[in-house]
Amino acid sequence: MTRTDAILEADALERRFDVSAPWLNRVLERQPRRILRAVDGVDFRIRRGRTLALVGESGCGKSTIAKLVTGLYPPSGGRIRFHGDRDRMQMIFQDPYASLNPRWRVGRIVAEPIRTLRPETGDAEVEARVADLLATVGLSPGDAVKFPHAFSGGQRQRISIARALAGEPEFLVCDEPTSALDVSVQAQVLNLMKRLQREFGLTYLFISHDLSVVRHMADEIAVMYLGRIVEIQPTADLFARPLHPYTRMLLETIPDLESPNRARKPMGGEVPSPVAPPAGCSFHPRCPLAMDRCRSDRPTRRPEILGGRVACFAAEGATAR
Amino acid sequence: MTDTVLDVRDLRVEFPTRRGLLTALDDVSLSIRRGEILGVVGESGAGKSMTGLAILGLLEPPGRIAGGEIHLSGDRIDTLPERAMEAVRGRRIGAIFQDPLTSLNPLFRIGDQLVETIRLHTALSRDEARARALSLLKEVGIPAAEDRMDSYPHQFSGGMRQRVVIALALCAEPELIVADEPTTALDVSIQAQITALLRQLCTERGTAVMLVTHDMGVIAETADRVAVMYAGRVAEMGPVDEVVRRPRHPYTAGLMGSIPSLRKDVEELRMIPGSMPRLDAVPPGCAFNPRCGEAGPRCRREVPRIAGPGAACWLEREGGTA
Ligand SMILES: Nc1ncnc2c1ncn2[C@@H]1O[C@H](COP(=O)(O)OP(=O)(O)OP(=O)(O)O)[C@@H](O)[C@H]1O
Ligand SMILES: Nc1ncnc2c1ncn2[C@@H]1O[C@H](COP(=O)(O)OP(=O)(O)OP(=O)(O)O)[C@@H](O)[C@H]1O
Ligand code: SF4
Ligand code: SF4
Ligand SMILES: [Mg+2]
Ligand SMILES: [Mg+2]
Repeated sequence: MTRTDAILEADALERRFDVSAPWLNRVLERQPRRILRAVDGVDFRIRRGRTLALVGESGCGKSTIAKLVTGLYPPSGGRIRFHGDRDRMQMIFQDPYASLNPRWRVGRIVAEPIRTLRPETGDAEVEARVADLLATVGLSPGDAVKFPHAFSGGQRQRISIARALAGEPEFLVCDEPTSALDVSVQAQVLNLMKRLQREFGLTYLFISHDLSVVRHMADEIAVMYLGRIVEIQPTADLFARPLHPYTRMLLETIPDLESPNRARKPMGGEVPSPVAPPAGCSFHPRCPLAMDRCRSDRPTRRPEILGGRVACFAAEGATAR
Repeated sequence: MTDTVLDVRDLRVEFPTRRGLLTALDDVSLSIRRGEILGVVGESGAGKSMTGLAILGLLEPPGRIAGGEIHLSGDRIDTLPERAMEAVRGRRIGAIFQDPLTSLNPLFRIGDQLVETIRLHTALSRDEARARALSLLKEVGIPAAEDRMDSYPHQFSGGMRQRVVIALALCAEPELIVADEPTTALDVSIQAQITALLRQLCTERGTAVMLVTHDMGVIAETADRVAVMYAGRVAEMGPVDEVVRRPRHPYTAGLMGSIPSLRKDVEELRMIPGSMPRLDAVPPGCAFNPRCGEAGPRCRREVPRIAGPGAACWLEREGGTA
């Protein structure tokens, strides 16, 4: 990949949160300041017209990356370079309840990006475009006069998708866009997203915990654990040859409709506290391949090892042999 | 004495509204045996949660049961007065909802909430109840349960909280657990812990479980039988591998076809055209007919019904035509 065809580049990206107790408690109870590293040195690039997916357990930092990319949070370290039109970056949020203004009618919510991007557009044209977009996401044009509270979770998610599309995005950050939808509506939304990508060359940063959805949508997948990318590979390679022990565990955990395993074992262990992550490789307490070195040294992705696809001493060793 | 724990017959739920009477559920019949998991799937708004709430006696007024019967281990429960139903809910039916925080009080320690619930439903002393709470926490797989008894809900991860909710639902050793999207808010690794736990309860304690979820993979690996709902009715019912592999109702076939595969690559996912009708605009005949590729004249006139395994579809009737 040449640098020029990347629309987004993240280098050593970090985001810390101060989660200390209030100052007085800290002083009285002699507690130290507590810093949570939600995103802890992350590198990735996304090519124009492609889809990068982020996967990983709850709390590993996916939504925080989405918010860093869209500028909702400033980074605490590292940087993001975006080589596109900031006005045409849109986001679909994970929580369809919190992301729609409850006092605005649906028509106004969907029209807002059109009015921002093209203020010269006449009312009749805006209205027609809103009706079009609502139909595109499987709602009815008549829904424009209703308020968000009149819709189910899945329907609200469709409203936020219509709003995002109204901004004629070239880059779309999608945080769990279909988790609140049932599978038949999900198919409609995913087909629509793929069609838009084919026709208009949209780029997606796509977050989902559903690995069959990710497999269908993504060109490349980044697997995160405790704020870091532990593996990043083209989709087909990741499913065929997962390199990181955590990725393998993740793939073994997903329920499989096509060949169900009714004795499937859940993944062992809990995700450690992100405030006090284990030393060395933060996955070592749960890793079946952990060695002494893993408890003290932190593995990194390096270009000379497996093309920088994985951060794991065991995976490195396997290729050295 | 049979081993049928839950028996729902021809259930009908209505909502009087200003614009007329809405029928939210109609002709819903289903049963669950001891140690069995019945999966309930279907379009958003199809009536899955409503069925669970009706069984629990938790329909919100003006919603009401307008027809049919609900039996729990042979006892009719849909006609019980509210006080008696309250006791049934805690003691004989446990409920697990999507958001664990709705079932937990943020201000009380986990252990105290369990002890309170146990004492409400059993004759155990405080110490006995505490011992039982501890063993329940261990049973649902909370690590270092002794130390965790004094924690507050916010100190637990999402998966641990949902396991505490399951422990709460188990306090009185219920015959039936109604679990409505118990893993939807949780990620894959925790989802696997919860479904493994539900399966274990069924085999070890003989608990009957009604599991509502839209994740077909979870259904395929967890449920014994599955009921597919559409527009307030049961569209298809059968053993899980038959429904998944050889769906008989065109809606079920469409549903299965729209799920992305973990193996096969497709450019476009299959879609069911259109969307489910609103409750106040259900078409006459089969509610699925405007979206069905196989609909015939009969489908637009008469409602197809099922009371047992099979599909509520005119194509299904022997010698019948759609
Ligand atoms: N505003 C904030 N203040 C403090 N901590 C935060 C904040 N936002 C996120 N965190 C913490 O940062 C970590 C990463 O959170 P994030 O929301 O990015 O996770 P996620 O991968 O999106 O998880 P999920 O799959 O549950 O959505 C978590 O431990 C979370 O508690
Ligand atoms: N208070 C109410 N008054 C009128 N209709 C209602 C009321 N509550 C729910 N409904 C309707 O009853 C139907 C069944 O809703 P239910 O919550 O059972 O759906 P569901 O199958 O659980 O869907 P989901 O998958 O989205 O949770 C829906 O169409 C809903 O709009
Ligand atoms: S670095 Fe060590 S502990 Fe970490 S994943 Fe690899 S083998 Fe496991
Ligand atoms: S009854 Fe008719 S419309 Fe309904 S599913 Fe069967 S064929 Fe289709
Ligand atoms: Mg998130
Ligand atoms: Mg529901």
